[in-house]
Amino acid sequence: MPEITLIEAIRQALDEELARDDRVLVIGEDVGKRGGVFRATQGLYEKYGALRVFDSPLAEASIVGVGVGAALYGLRPVCEIQFADFIYPAFNQLISEVARMCYRTNGEWTVPMVIRAPYGGGVGGGLYHSQSVEAFFTHVPGLKVVIPSNPYDAKGLLKSAVRDPNPVLFFEPKKGYRLIRGEVPPGDYTVPIGPAQVSREGHDLSLFAYGMMHHYALEAAVQAAAEGISVEVVDLRTLLPVDRETILASVRKTGKALIVHEDTLTGGYGAEIAAIIASEAFTDLDAPVRRLCGPDVPAVPFSPSMQEWFMLNPERILREIRSLAAY
Amino acid sequence: MPVQVIMPQLGESVVEGTVMQWLKAEGSAVERFEPLLAVNTDKVDTEIPSPAAGTLLRILVPEGETVRAGTVLAWIGQPGEAIGEEKPALSPAREGTTSKEKRKLGFISPVVARLAREHQVDLREVRGTGEGGRITKKDVLSYIEERNRAAPATPTAPWETPADGDLFRPVELPVTAAESSPQPARGRLIRLDPLRKAIAENLAASMRNAPHVTTMMEADMTRATAHRAAHRELFARDGVRLTFTAYFVSAIVTALKAYPVVNSSWTEEGILVHSQINIGMAVSLGDQGLIVPVIKNADGLSLLGLARTINDLAERTRLRRLQPDEVHGGTFTLTNHGTSGSLFATPVINQPQCGILGVGAIKKRVVVIEDMIAVRPMVYLSLTFDHRVVDGFTADGFLAKVVEALESW
Repeated sequence: MPEITLIEAIRQALDEELARDDRVLVIGEDVGKRGGVFRATQGLYEKYGALRVFDSPLAEASIVGVGVGAALYGLRPVCEIQFADFIYPAFNQLISEVARMCYRTNGEWTVPMVIRAPYGGGVGGGLYHSQSVEAFFTHVPGLKVVIPSNPYDAKGLLKSAVRDPNPVLFFEPKKGYRLIRGEVPPGDYTVPIGPAQVSREGHDLSLFAYGMMHHYALEAAVQAAAEGISVEVVDLRTLLPVDRETILASVRKTGKALIVHEDTLTGGYGAEIAAIIASEAFTDLDAPVRRLCGPDVPAVPFSPSMQEWFMLNPERILREIRSLAAY
Repeated sequence: MPVQVIMPQLGESVVEGTVMQWLKAEGSAVERFEPLLAVNTDKVDTEIPSPAAGTLLRILVPEGETVRAGTVLAWIGQPGEAIGEEKPALSPAREGTTSKEKRKLGFISPVVARLAREHQVDLREVRGTGEGGRITKKDVLSYIEERNRAAPATPTAPWETPADGDLFRPVELPVTAAESSPQPARGRLIRLDPLRKAIAENLAASMRNAPHVTTMMEADMTRATAHRAAHRELFARDGVRLTFTAYFVSAIVTALKAYPVVNSSWTEEGILVHSQINIGMAVSLGDQGLIVPVIKNADGLSLLGLARTINDLAERTRLRRLQPDEVHGGTFTLTNHGTSGSLFATPVINQPQCGILGVGAIKKRVVVIEDMIAVRPMVYLSLTFDHRVVDGFTADGFLAKVVEALESW
């Protein structure tokens, strides 16, 4: 099987979905001729034309708003927000319209759309090109929130998202776009939205992560194994709806849980996982549930040394693993 | 090691109980699960079984005294054994620490506490390898494994190892060992609370002793429904909610008067026909169980009086505010399984009564009346009777009378 990058997997998924279903559209800033700032849509404009792949103005509320209209009209828009940091102008559309349409119309109308957005720091992007925004949306019933960590899942999950009758927010770890490579079978396959995946089995503690942090978590787990600590790594993949069974089964086995995300700690997605574990697996716990997250500062800083201070990495995860294993 | 007898919490909202009677004297021997004392709570009387076999070393709470749930009532152990401090243990891990050398256990995590309880592990014997000598889950698991290796052959009753499933197998065990001795996962054990235990004992005994037969008929509820619709508001003015239960109880009373032999109990001397008509009504507490309060002298009550009594008993049952005598003395029982959608059932007799009437859901059905098709609110009635006391002929006569009463409002 060919090894490809994360960004190429996403490009392939878009290409194949555009070819499969002529209702599929790609809308976003610079997604047309330029092929996207990260080249996620490279070649698609040439292949499918300006009616299927088109540039929007620099106005995220209208990107999503146009997507809602198109979706209600029977099309399958894939909207790109160039950086997750820019999603806030579209927040009202996402919460008030996208998430609620199905509920509001008693299931008569759904919004089959995908909103793709690269997220995450460690790329020297500073305050406006580095943030993690998932926690704003995992609070919203009516949305699905997906974050792939590897090319195989990225392609399969994005295809599922396009085919889903309801809206899916699809956040892509941009630092991993060209860093993370993996085997992807040519041709069509899907990965279901919902299930998490145990990506490495272990019995000393359970580590829950997603996106770029899952990649780091696996690296840390390999190093921990060399020290005799067996870490079970769970790639959450879909944050909403969350896969309780897989999370609880893992904690029931190991008795210890570490949740890692790049997003800031307070009110972050890890709090939900910790709460699920504490309320449903309390008598299986052998240690307090731990979270290793970004520090509570307003944004990922720009200065390289400050960025390094903000970002998690395999070494910091390994330190936390050691400490929790010793508890 | 002496064991404490603790005042259990006999219901979700029950916070205290009164020691009514000690069934054993200090110094006498008791078996495990043998009734040790009778306790009265604001809901119901119950017997508390002994948590262990041994000698009742000391009674701490005398008869007549009311104490909070969790209070130590007595100690059970070997004759002459020293008992612990006479106050409630703070945690299961610290129970009876006096008889052995004291050791500071440190923090006991939830999973360690659970494993110790499920496998009866004395945590003072477990070596802690965690932070600051803390006993970890692994420590307990390897202790259990070690102990099982030391004493393998004795077969253990299933209830002694409630959580011996795959989930709890020590993770260090090689996979091959597990494959060579496959153990069926036993699942999760829900401990019996006194109410569940009482229900289980009563129902099993009833099925064992009385030959149960169930007969079913259906009743047209058109007239009762119309009567209820016409009188609901009137009753509401008196603060009474008029439910169909009142109609069913009333019909049972009518039928019991016509067939007094159904209002009876089987005894070895003969059939004891009761002079009072006391109707028990099963009140479900959801997954908490079921309690049957009794409408005393139901034949002396009008429909209004029945409805008022039913309202009051049902409400206080759910609040667990019944007096003990309000759950005793029933001569016949009504159970309304229709409230959960059931159409007909085979109820189990509430001993030592002769019969129990199950009422299904009232549903509109197509029926044929004088060769015409009509839509009527219908209900199935299931009468289970003690075949030692009456035969099908009598039982069917009784049930037909119930139907007749329901249809003639």
